[in-house]
Amino acid sequence: MKKYQLGEFEEIVILTIGVLYKEAYGVSIKKEIEVRLARNVSMGALHTALKRLESKGYIKSFDGETTEDRAGRPRKYFQITALGKRAIEYSRSTRDTLWRAIPTVALDVKMVG
Amino acid sequence: MKERPPKLFLSFFRWYCHPEMAGHIEGDMMELYSERVRGAGKRTADLKFIRDVVLLCRPGIIRPVTIGTHVNQYDMVKSYFKVGLRNMLRSKGYSAINISGLAIGMMVALLIGLWVFDELTFDTHFKNYDRIVQVMQHQTFNGQIGTQVSNPAAMGEEIRTVHGGDFKHVLQSSWTDSHTLTYGEKVFFKTGNYFESGVVDMLSLNIIHGATDGLKEMNSIMISESVAKTFFDGEDAVNKILKLDNDVDVTVTAVYEDLPENTSFYNLQIILPWSLYLSQNTWIARMDNPWGSNFTQTYAEMNEHAAVEVVSARIKDVKYNKQNEEARRYKATVFLHPMSKWHLYSDFEAGVNTGGRIDNVWLFSITGIFVLLLACINFMNLSTARSEKRSKEVGIRKSIGSARGQLVTQFFSESILVALLAFVLAIGLGFLVLPSFNTIAEKHISIPWASPVFWFIGIGFTLITGIFAGLYPAVFLSSFQPVKVLKGSFKQGRYASLPRQILVTVQFTISIVLIIGTIVVYKQVKHAQGRPMGYTADGLITTGVNTERHKHFEAIRTELKAANVITEMAESGSPTTDIWNTNGGFDWEGKDPNQAVDFPNNAVTYEYGKTIGWKITAGRDFARDFATDSTAFILNESAVKFIGSTDPIGKVIKWNGEAYTVIGVVKDVLVQSPYKPVRPAMWHLSDDSENIFIIRLTPERNAQESMRKVEEVFTKLDPTSPFDASFVDETYARKFGNEKRIGTLAAFFAVLAIFISCLGLFGLASFVAEQRTKEIGIRKVMGASVSNLWRMLSKDFVILVLLSSVIAIACSYYFCTKWLEGYEYHTTVSWWIFAGSTAGALIITLITVSYQAIKAALMSPVKSLRSE
Repeated sequence: MKKYQLGEFEEIVILTIGVLYKEAYGVSIKKEIEVRLARNVSMGALHTALKRLESKGYIKSFDGETTEDRAGRPRKYFQITALGKRAIEYSRSTRDTLWRAIPTVALDVKMVG
Repeated sequence: MKERPPKLFLSFFRWYCHPEMAGHIEGDMMELYSERVRGAGKRTADLKFIRDVVLLCRPGIIRPVTIGTHVNQYDMVKSYFKVGLRNMLRSKGYSAINISGLAIGMMVALLIGLWVFDELTFDTHFKNYDRIVQVMQHQTFNGQIGTQVSNPAAMGEEIRTVHGGDFKHVLQSSWTDSHTLTYGEKVFFKTGNYFESGVVDMLSLNIIHGATDGLKEMNSIMISESVAKTFFDGEDAVNKILKLDNDVDVTVTAVYEDLPENTSFYNLQIILPWSLYLSQNTWIARMDNPWGSNFTQTYAEMNEHAAVEVVSARIKDVKYNKQNEEARRYKATVFLHPMSKWHLYSDFEAGVNTGGRIDNVWLFSITGIFVLLLACINFMNLSTARSEKRSKEVGIRKSIGSARGQLVTQFFSESILVALLAFVLAIGLGFLVLPSFNTIAEKHISIPWASPVFWFIGIGFTLITGIFAGLYPAVFLSSFQPVKVLKGSFKQGRYASLPRQILVTVQFTISIVLIIGTIVVYKQVKHAQGRPMGYTADGLITTGVNTERHKHFEAIRTELKAANVITEMAESGSPTTDIWNTNGGFDWEGKDPNQAVDFPNNAVTYEYGKTIGWKITAGRDFARDFATDSTAFILNESAVKFIGSTDPIGKVIKWNGEAYTVIGVVKDVLVQSPYKPVRPAMWHLSDDSENIFIIRLTPERNAQESMRKVEEVFTKLDPTSPFDASFVDETYARKFGNEKRIGTLAAFFAVLAIFISCLGLFGLASFVAEQRTKEIGIRKVMGASVSNLWRMLSKDFVILVLLSSVIAIACSYYFCTKWLEGYEYHTTVSWWIFAGSTAGALIITLITVSYQAIKAALMSPVKSLRSE
């Protein structure tokens, strides 16, 4: 069983929250992912992921200020929790282990092919 | 002005989104929207906004059905049932009243439901139910439109020839008569019709053995499975030869499955070929005017998609066109009566269908619903009355965090629990009562244990009843404010008992209406039974005539009279309880030449009058001494009135041109419905073989012994036919069957309704007494007597019952008067019925309430005041 449940898109979202640090809220996360990864992010997918990350305890949120554009609705900022930090570290280390375990030959063959 | 996203989608989003997330997601969307408006324009922004809203609509973001209840409901519901059960067990008396009242109500609903189902599915057994019709006609006689099923024998053929395109089958049929069938030693009466070929297909008969067109040959017979069993028990019946009516041999060509009880052709035990009917009644072929007499029936199956009204309109003149000028005065209009209306809509008045049994179906359905309503009211009343006891529970539940919806669910689950228990009890009770119910209703209904539809409807109905019964308590009890309830300052206001009082009034109104209705029905039956019959039915028997018996008439008569078992006997065309023959073609001096008349005109032998014991009011009876009596009429008083003669004796009436002299007038003989005026009727002498013997047994002798002797003489002179006689008084009594049945059922329901209402009242009275314990104690200390207290406690209920009586009297007066108007010979709604019902209801109320009132009044004040 996995120690830390983290889906692919969830991982991207939580990493982006880390990138944005104190500026991570819905729209900014969406834009950041779109810019950095050149992929479209729907509001539905994003908010579902945010909700799941929050319910897993990987991120926490707090209400921030509002702007004229938001029609009086506050921004909700997200931050990575300690547990979230461990989860992304775990995810990274499992990948690194796997990377290291790949014999060089395996990749050479692929280059040729 | 700032651009706004599409309103509809925004509100849709707000509606479905989880409230915790709605705020910031909406903010995000608005932010994006404004950006997009600036960047790509409003149109694109709108479209993208809509796409976002749609894509957001996914699990995780959609709100749950009820906020705060994502937990499994199972435990909560289990707890509701447990608490409900405990509450029931804590107050056994109330629970018993609730459950038994509801069970009785449900049982009534169940029985009536089964009965109504049976009535509504009548004849639906037939595959061609939607297309089978009976050809009927309206004719105008004596200035009134009459409607009849009897048709000329030529009707079927004519419709086939002229309008064959509209029908799949048009079949001529005889009446459903009793026939003697003989096979070796076995002789039985079996009923059935002569039918034209095609009946197997029309009635979708299930042929078990033999040919599907078993009526092809003239001397053949088709028999039902049960008939095959009586005669051939196990053997193959096909090709066996039976003797029909001791006359002709017929070969069994087919055995068909018996038709179910709730069909119009239930009595079709045998089917004989129409060709045989024609050969047995050769006079049909020799008739001068085949359209002049109506003595057969016509059934038909229409083509698919044919509409009854359209085809009816097309065939309406089929008889009229064939008639001569004289007969056209009857204005014969032929029409089709669809099978779906045979059973429930069989009454016609002035040529218009006026219903029939459907009235009973409505009457009983409404009664059933009302009785069930009474039981539900009990439940409501007792629950709300006892609400104070449960108010603390409600308060605590609310303080702990129960939402109002949960409390509503709790009370519903309790009422459904009670309803389910009552349903089980109702099924049990219904099973016990069903046999007697069947006897009263003359049905063979059984509980369809194996039918999933029955259980589905039954349990569905139970749930609805549970919800209905729990509706008011659930709403009322869940509305308590915890602070008030728990602080102890909770007082039900002055008008808190008002809804309860209204419900009690409704209950008693319904009960009293039922009582009054029952009394009126009984009074009407009694009234009609007491109507002068014009002859003496006691000790009068009838039996069928055949050629052999007719030949020996004088011998039988002489021998039986010599043995002194009978005082007189006669042969007659019709019994004294029915009209089997009517004639037109009469003329007399002073008759309006354009009026078409039609009278029951019974052919009898000399001693007919003496046998039945009619009362001559003028002139004389038929007598053997007068040779001229062969052309003489005896009229009843109604006929004299119709003709408009003051001195009818000696008056000449022409019948088909032949002159008959009126020799006597008799008091009206009540032949048909005891609720209708007696038709103008006449009697004449006949030598021909008629239909039945009417025999007067010697009154002093034991009827059973006499019957044995009569049978002996009959079998001696006509050994081939079984002797089968019926008592006229019994046949006559059957005329009251329908009304008696309504009366008995109404009485049954009225008693149950009163019982249920009293159960409720009993519970309420005990509640009131309990609630006022302290008050009663103080009053007693201050010197109130037991009778004072009794009066005080009973007064409220008595007022309610009196109020109900007033409403009930008004309602029932209206309905009973209307019901009675349906009968031409009817009783009146007398004041004593209302007085009696009111008094009865009051007495029952007082008895019910007094038990509790006196119990409370007798309690020692020391005890009641010390408590707490």
